[in-house]
Parts: sequence; structure tokens; C-alpha cells
Amino acid sequence: MVTIKELPKEEYLLKGHAACPGCGPAISLRLLFKALGNKIILVVPACCTTVIQGPYPFSSSAVPLQNILFESTAASASGIVAALHQRKLEDIMVVGWAGDGGTVDIGIQALSGAAERETNFIYICYDNEAYGNTGMQRSGATPYGAWTTTTPSGKRERKKDMPLIMAAHRIPYVATACPSYPIDFVNKLRKAKEIKGTKYIHLLAPCPTGWRYDTSKTVEMGRLAVQTGLWALFEIESGQFKLNPPSDRLVDKARRKSVKEYLTLQGRFRHLIEEDVERIQRWVDEDWERYRKLASNCTSDFAL
Amino acid sequence: MSVIPKTRKEMPLTPLSSPTVGAMGKTGSWRTFRPEVYYSKCTRCTLCWVYCPDAAIMRQEDDSPQIDYDYCKGCGICANECPVKAITMKREEE
Amino acid sequence: MPQMIIDTANHIAGYAAKAARVKVVAAYPITPQTTVVEKIASFVESGEMDAEYIRVESEHSAMVACVGASATGVRTFTATSAHGLALMHEALHWASGSRLPIVMAVVNRAMGAPWSIWPDLSDSLSQRDTGWIQFYCADNQEVFDTIIQAYKLCEDERVFLPAMVCLEGFILSHTYAPAKIPEQEKIDDFLQPYKSGWILDIDRPLSHSNLVSPEWYMEFRFMIQEAMENAKKLIPEIDKEYGKRFGFEYGGLVEKYQCEDADLIILTMGTMASDAKIAVNRMRKGGLKVGSARVRVFRPFPVEEVGRLAEHAQMLVTIDRHVSFGMEGFLATETKASLFNQKDLPLVAGFLAGLGGRDVTSETIEKIAKKSLGWMRAGKVEKETEWVDLKE
Repeated sequence: MVTIKELPKEEYLLKGHAACPGCGPAISLRLLFKALGNKIILVVPACCTTVIQGPYPFSSSAVPLQNILFESTAASASGIVAALHQRKLEDIMVVGWAGDGGTVDIGIQALSGAAERETNFIYICYDNEAYGNTGMQRSGATPYGAWTTTTPSGKRERKKDMPLIMAAHRIPYVATACPSYPIDFVNKLRKAKEIKGTKYIHLLAPCPTGWRYDTSKTVEMGRLAVQTGLWALFEIESGQFKLNPPSDRLVDKARRKSVKEYLTLQGRFRHLIEEDVERIQRWVDEDWERYRKLASNCTSDFAL
Repeated sequence: MSVIPKTRKEMPLTPLSSPTVGAMGKTGSWRTFRPEVYYSKCTRCTLCWVYCPDAAIMRQEDDSPQIDYDYCKGCGICANECPVKAITMKREEE
Repeated sequence: MPQMIIDTANHIAGYAAKAARVKVVAAYPITPQTTVVEKIASFVESGEMDAEYIRVESEHSAMVACVGASATGVRTFTATSAHGLALMHEALHWASGSRLPIVMAVVNRAMGAPWSIWPDLSDSLSQRDTGWIQFYCADNQEVFDTIIQAYKLCEDERVFLPAMVCLEGFILSHTYAPAKIPEQEKIDDFLQPYKSGWILDIDRPLSHSNLVSPEWYMEFRFMIQEAMENAKKLIPEIDKEYGKRFGFEYGGLVEKYQCEDADLIILTMGTMASDAKIAVNRMRKGGLKVGSARVRVFRPFPVEEVGRLAEHAQMLVTIDRHVSFGMEGFLATETKASLFNQKDLPLVAGFLAGLGGRDVTSETIEKIAKKSLGWMRAGKVEKETEWVDLKE
């Protein structure tokens, strides 16, 4: 179990990059490098990170990075993995680093294909719950009720459950994480690195620009998401579902903060009425009923 | 570090960008508020270092934070997360 | 000993990928390309081909997987047709902008709506702007040879561009014909190991293709144009060298037939050119001074070669198996554009034939030529673009 002080000091996300102040994905990318080092090839589709790099001839990434088409993170990664295998360089890890748009919407086909082909790479979705790069339009990962520029009166549909979709592909490792829990995220990355096959990590990455809260609250927001149960930290390793701390203690509803504490802090939920908040609370409670069942019903054959 | 091509002949055949500190210039100019560290209060927990989105906080030998004001955007996460409130955000003097 | 085989152009394309020692193939099946990838799958599974075949879930992913693999230092290959090619459209742009020497076989097929599986050049021609070199083959042997030549061309540091090797669906793809496969050592000697202009490398970390402002973008595009110009010079050289080593060559950019003293020259692409030669032979017997020229390379367009054809001929006739709605076939347009600033312009008449796989015979071509001769003698092209053999 690593501690924060044991994390390496080297930075491979270089300061002076173009991320918004308080950017959750930027914290996450820094943590990725601290977990995996720089002997990796990053594949980045059109997303916030495309812009965060800064403009040619400069880049804020100190690892080799392939920018690629929006839909195609996992397809490009498939090609890179195959080439490395042909060149007998399998110890170089290929990491797909994509936003929620490029994962749950336009990128889902390529990801599903790569997972079905058991492609040996790590795919990380850093989820700021909207199309951040183009100015916060809704994505399939936008939660119910959230304002975005294309859902100005609040999204009517629920957030797509991407981690369970990936688990249904029977890949060896699926996990959720959040930069507010850096050690948990680092451990998951390091565990993923040692597993052969497709590894999927879904990161809730709070975004002050899109979620409308003060830039200083990013880490606090992620913590609240976990503490209310709106975001659960778990792993599904070879089909075995396991909740991670502190989520493992939140199966008991009394220990979960009410979702209202989280929703009232964000401008994107400002227009919600009592009925919406109750609905959201109910869905969280239902999800946790399901997590409780999954956690207690672990068999070697994952079944929803 | 990185070279800005002066002529077309110096350009690579396809855009290949070099790792550069300050790819967007000195982003410290984005700030409205700047973090001030009270080292006497600081417990060297290094949380501010881990949470800085801009890698603008360096961990010194004794684990205390050193803020690089050339690149700190003043987001305030470090101040918000410091468990002992050793960092406060002060408005930038004009 | 070279291997003599009798096989379809699709299978032969598979042999070429194998002979080129391609290391990664990423492809998605589509009629009439399917037997290319099936052949490659069997080569890979039997161990005859030391490569990985990524059975991607769409053509868009196929091209991007090739981009990823090519950028990681290995020779790649793919194949597609019609809608598959159209689906990869944005990825084609990405590949050429990334200056990656990917070679793709395009089995030409008509675009829908409505569905048609039959040969038509509209699919690849409508990708002419994507920065890909385009070859059009007339027979099975040429498909093999051109794929090999394409790798040599694309991996030249003066080029570093991707190339399409186009072959008409069913006419070539599914038709058995003899082909000579040269010895592997001779091909290795001709091709040399894979080379590309850049690579994803943990020892030299670089970000490829992040944002390029207006300050730089135009120069990168100019470099692609320069590479195309270089390709124009290199293609005839490589063709000649290939001819010397292996005994097959194709006239470089434009394969000419009886053009030296021709009053009228018929320009075609792909297999139509073979029927054009038969028509020329017949007409020559009848005393008509006609010739035919096969535009083997459409990108870069052989502007100078076409200009040279026009120097002595009174008329050029283009036959397009393609149409750009609202205008005409691209062969017609680009031929006229090549000649526009020339002194003593010949007449140029454009004909459209064979769309959606409609058969174009030597009789049809003879009819086209004789009609055009009539216009030539009258000194005036009656119709800018004529659709041939259309039902009333």
C-alpha cells in the first residue's frame, strides 16, 4: 500500500499547460504518471487533454503521446499494441486516456471492439460528465438533471453505467476511481499494469468550469461524490465485485451523506426542484442496493 | 528543450511537439488570487503537492511545498485541501 | 524460383502483403474485398505470414489501427471498398497528415444509396483530396506488383505518404488469372526493412499532432504537396527498377498505347484500358489513327504526362467510371485542368460509362471513339459530358 510521500517527485505533466484552474482531469493525469512512470505510450482522442497539451511545437506531456480521432482511442491503441508485440516491446504499456464523450458516446464502438479482442492495454475514461473540450455539451455520462449547454433545463436521461458495460465484456479488470482518492487510483493503476488483457478504469474527474463551482473545490467535490454514494469506488477483478474504501462502508445508507449536500454546491444543478433531488436520491439508493448484492454475491462468473 | 523552427526546412514532416515547461507561457499570469504558505503551520503532509492540477507545487527536501508562481494559476485547491489551513489565498496586487 | 499462381486479384493482394512482410493488418470485411482479408487471415493463422491481423469492428477503426501500428514502427496493410472507404474518410486525412506509409488495397465498388456491389471508381476517386497516392490497376499481376512498388514509394523519405492500390470489384477481385510471385529474397532486396519519418518512442517522447495554429498549419500542408510532387518523379523510376528486377512494368504514371502518331487518344483508368487497346487495334486496322492511354496514377495527377499526350493529338477523349454530381467525371475535369494553360489546346470530350458495374466493352469504346472522331473533324465537341448507353 503506497503512501503519498512514496509517490515519485518526477512530473510528466509539465507545468504551464492549458488546463482550466482547478482541473480535475489534470490532477488525474499527474497521478497517472506518478503511478505508471514515463515508459508508456499515451493515446489521446479529441478531448480536454488535447488542448491541455498546448500548441505545436510545444507539449505539456513528457511521455510519447499519440493524438487521435475522437472515436478512435481504443482502435489506435489496438494498432500500437500489435506493433509493439511485433517488435517484441511488450513491456511498454499502452494507455488510452479519453474523456467521457470519447468513451461512452462516440468512442464506445472502438472500445467495445478492443475489449472483445482482449487487447492488452489500459483504458482510462476521465469523466467530467460532459463534452468539455467543445464547451460542456451533454454526453451520455452527464448525470440526470445536470445543466449543460445542450441541456439548458437539465438532462432528462440518466448517466450511462459504463463500468458495468465494460464488465459485461468479461475483461479481467474494471475499476472506478476519483482523483480525490489519489492512493486508491494509483493502486488501481499499478494493479492494472500487472494484468494481461483489457483494463478499464473510470475516473470521476470534477470540472469547475462545467459543473459551476469554485475552482478550489475540485478535490472536495470528488470526495462528496463518493461520500454521498453518487460515485462508488469499486473493482471488478475477474468478475469479482469489490467495493473499495471508503465506499465499502457506505453500503449502510445511514453512513452516506444525502445527495443534496453534493448537488447544492454545483451551479449545474441549481435549477433542480425537490422532486428531482428526491429522484436522484432514490436512484442512488437503488444503485447501492445493487452494489450490496454484487458485493455479497461474488462468484467467479460475473452476473448482473 | 524544444526548438521553434525558424524556417520551413526546420519543421518536422508532421507536427511533433516537444515536452516543454510553459507550453502556454507563464500561466501564473492567469491568477487573481495567489496562495501564501505559512511554513510554521505546515505539517509537511504533501497533500497540496499531490492535488495541484498544474504541478506548480514542488516538494522540497523536507517535504514542505515550494510554489512556482510563474505557473500557479491560483485555483486554490491547495488552500482548500490543507488540513491545517497553512495556505491562504490572497488577492494579487496589481 | 518465382512462384506461378492462378488466383483472383484479391488473393494476389494477400500474397503481396505477405511478400512485403507486412507486420500488422487491421481490416473489416466488405464485398467485394472480403477475400483479401480472408486470405490474409489464413496466411497468418497457418504461420506463412508473420504478422498480426486485428479483426477490428469497423473500417474507421481499421484505418486508425493502421495509423497506430504504422506510427509504432511496423509496416501495415489494409483493404476495403466503397462504404468502408467512405467510413474511414476522416481517418484517411489523419493518416496522410501523419505522413504514415500505409498501403491499402481498395476494391472499387459503387456507392449507395442504393446498394450496389458492382465495380465503379466513385469510391476511391471521391477520396482524391485526402492526401493519399492513388494507383489504378488493370490486371491481377499489376495488383501484386503495384502493392510492392507502393511500399517502396511510400517509405521513401521524399514521400512518406499513404497509398491506395485500386482494383475493380469482380472484374479483377474475383477473377482468376495467372500471376508470377517473385522470390522472397528478391523482394526483400527491393523493399528493404520498414522505414517511416517518425515513431512513438519512449526514449524520445514527443506529442504527435496536438493543436497547430494558423501560424504553422499551411507549411505542413505544403509539405504534403511537395511529397506528392516527389512521388510523381519517383513513381516512373520505381516502376522501371521493378521492371528490371522482376520483368513487369506499367509505364510509370500513364501507360500509353499507340499514342505517338495518334490524332485521337482515349484516356481511361483501370480495366477499361484493356478493352480500349482492343478497340484501338480494330480502329487502326480500319485506318484510324487512334491511341489509348491508361492513367495508372490519379494522385498525384500526371499533369505533365497528359500535357505531353496533348502535344501531338488533336483530341483527347476521357472515359470515367465515375461521376461527381453537378459536374462530370474527375478524369475529364483533371485532364482539362492539366491542359488549360497549354498552347494549341486539343479538344477534350468526356464520357461516362460503366457506373455500378455496367459492362464497358471494346465495342462501346469504339463507338465512343468514332463519335468523338466525328466531333474532331467538325472541330467542335457537341457535348461536354456524355453518359454512354443510357436507357431512354
